[in-house]
Amino acid sequence: MSDESKIERHTIAVLVDNEAGVLARVIGLFSGRGYNIESLTVAEVDQAEHTSRITVVTVGTPMVIEQIKAQLDRLVPVHKVVDLTVETKAVEREMALIKVSGSGEKRVEALRLSDAFRARVIDTTHNSFVFEVTGAPDKIDAFIGLMRPLGLVDVSRTGVVAIARGPEAM
Amino acid sequence: MAAQELTGAEIVIKALVDQGVDTIFGYPGGAVLPIYDALFQQNKIRHILVRHEQGAVHAAEGYARSTGKPGVVLVTSGPGATNAVTGLTDALMDSIPLVCLTGQVATHLIGNDAFQECDTVGITRPCTKHNWLVNSAKELTRVMHEAFYVATNGRPGPVVIDIPKDVQFQKAEYVGPQNVVHKTYRPKVKGDVEAIKAAVDLIATAKKPIFYTGGGIINSGPLASQLLREFVKLTGFPITSTLMGLGAFPASDKQWLGMLGMHGTYEANNAMHDCDVMINIGARFDDRVTGRIDAFAPNSKKIHIDIDASSINKIIHVDVGIIGDAAHVLEDMIRIWKAKAVKIDKAALADWWKEIDGWRGRRSLDYKKSDEIIKPQYAVQRLHELTKDRDTYITTEVGQHQMWAAQHFHFEKPNHWMTSGGLGTMGYGLPAAVGVQIAHPDALVIDIAGEASVQMTMQEISTAVQFMLPIKIFILNNEYMGMVRQWQELLHGGRYSHSYSESLPDFVKLAEAYGAVGIRATKPGELDEKIRQMIDVKAPVIFDCVVDKFENCYPMIPSGAAHNEMILGDDAEGATVTEAGKMLV
Ligand SMILES: Cc1ncc(C[n+]2csc(CCOP(=O)(O)OP(=O)(O)O)c2C)c(N)n1
Ligand SMILES: [Mg+2]
Repeated sequence: MSDESKIERHTIAVLVDNEAGVLARVIGLFSGRGYNIESLTVAEVDQAEHTSRITVVTVGTPMVIEQIKAQLDRLVPVHKVVDLTVETKAVEREMALIKVSGSGEKRVEALRLSDAFRARVIDTTHNSFVFEVTGAPDKIDAFIGLMRPLGLVDVSRTGVVAIARGPEAM
Repeated sequence: MAAQELTGAEIVIKALVDQGVDTIFGYPGGAVLPIYDALFQQNKIRHILVRHEQGAVHAAEGYARSTGKPGVVLVTSGPGATNAVTGLTDALMDSIPLVCLTGQVATHLIGNDAFQECDTVGITRPCTKHNWLVNSAKELTRVMHEAFYVATNGRPGPVVIDIPKDVQFQKAEYVGPQNVVHKTYRPKVKGDVEAIKAAVDLIATAKKPIFYTGGGIINSGPLASQLLREFVKLTGFPITSTLMGLGAFPASDKQWLGMLGMHGTYEANNAMHDCDVMINIGARFDDRVTGRIDAFAPNSKKIHIDIDASSINKIIHVDVGIIGDAAHVLEDMIRIWKAKAVKIDKAALADWWKEIDGWRGRRSLDYKKSDEIIKPQYAVQRLHELTKDRDTYITTEVGQHQMWAAQHFHFEKPNHWMTSGGLGTMGYGLPAAVGVQIAHPDALVIDIAGEASVQMTMQEISTAVQFMLPIKIFILNNEYMGMVRQWQELLHGGRYSHSYSESLPDFVKLAEAYGAVGIRATKPGELDEKIRQMIDVKAPVIFDCVVDKFENCYPMIPSGAAHNEMILGDDAEGATVTEAGKMLV
């Protein structure tokens, strides 16, 4: 049995009808009941069916995580709720655009490190880069950490998207 | 030939008729005029004009709760919609099926801060089960039918359909309800058989069992009450219920322990505390019921049957959770119980009943009688005594009188008790009585009221007069917001900050001013005769029952205490509340 007081981090995928207000419903549920949102992403995934997939990363005790799933599941436009942290080992990815400005040694160092992280340069001026980096959230955290002393000025992150490993759909 | 096209307003009316609606409660305004015009030109649906939109929603709740059918409300945009919000929240908390139609400004004006525009779907999102803004008449039929489906299936609740004025004029094809299937919403009604078997096995081992039932039984319908009665008889176990569940099991039965919770009986709460197997059917471990969570029935295994999966393990961890409708699950449970030929531990059960009888002997609902002054409990007892042989429906406001009604008016049947449990809305009872009387024209409908609460929606007496609804507003007038005064006495050193009902109207004259009948009783000796007089009047009555101003409602589990730490009426002197308890509501 899991420790009831331990705080866990879960990635939950929610398949919803892409109707007006559905995102407000999901967000309102979290704020109204005092649950945490660490990251939330949403986009239509099936145009013909008008379904969107919301990926939400949340933290809480096992009882709270169960509550969050049950509460999501009872929203009327929700097709399905899957806890990717429990059901399978899921793959998680996030993309970030990271702007670093500076010159000389620091600029060279930033470029060298970006290579190690397989970050791409998607914009450049004489004294700045915009890197695009994709990976698990902690990889992005690490990259941002390394850029900080090298002239980090701006960060934009997509939030986590996740999918289960193996052949099955959610 | 193409099907005939109807205007949005006509679609609304046709869909209501096809959904079996014969009565709606509403209030007109600019943004719903086309629907009102369509109403004018038909005679299948009766419209009850209220005096405030909150009243419309509570009336629809009373209608719904007393019939098992969804209640329907029609209000205008802006202030019409915002006035409905309290009622919608009330219905959400108590799982009452309602369909509320709101007018909205025309689609091209939405977002412009137009006259009487408000973000109705935004405002009502957290206080409805679901809501829709209808963008075109083409969507309207589907939304109308889906709304009834969502409101009444699974855990029932209120829904809002926001209809812009231009959509009410637009023409579109009408589709019947049989052709509308909801895309996503499929609540589970049958319980998992393995879980039900596990529950039966657990129940079979019980030495100190208890049934703890709630509003879910009422919502499930009369069959659930019938099956509950059968199962309780089969087992011989004691049964208690929440405020919302009263009437599901007959109060005159010897297995009935009375209501549990903050103002529940000593025997119900002690039995809950000491039980070893708890069978929760359709109740939600509300804080009024559990008291201190970490001291809640500490030595028990718990079974929880609920149609709403999110109710299970929300507050109290249970050993067996069964998601399903109460009637379906009870039916399976009884079948499995019989098939397994379960043998219960009769000796243990006899000992358990002996223990319970000890608690019963404490007579926790007793109070000091008086010949001089009407005790509120006595008034409720007399009211019960003099009306129990009739088809009587009780609604209440919120406060001490509500608890005294729950304690001293004994319910034998489901759907005869309408009260605001979850939200605790003062002003619920009078309009709810209007709705009940509309549904049951020949019944005796009584709102057991407080003088403070009743003033919140008093204007609905005018509705009762207009529609000749002989509702009885029985005010336990203690000249105080009694429940507030009681808490101030208990928690705040008797500093009665703003809880005195100052400048009260003369309720008898007020009744007369409205064209109703006013009756006042001030002495215990005249009470019976006056109550009889009230019953005999075939018109709305306001009964001003002048009662003891300082009576408190006992027994009571003070906030932050456990079930076995009740304050009883005869030793309430000097009772206090812990510091942690003061933080709680
Ligand atoms: C709309 C609303 N406002 C405030 C409260 C808080 N409240 C609960 S009981 C109560 C006093 C009710 O007084 P009364 O109707 O006279 O009933 P009594 O307790 O005296 O029987 C108040 C103010 C409430 N429940 N509802
Ligand atoms: Mg009062």
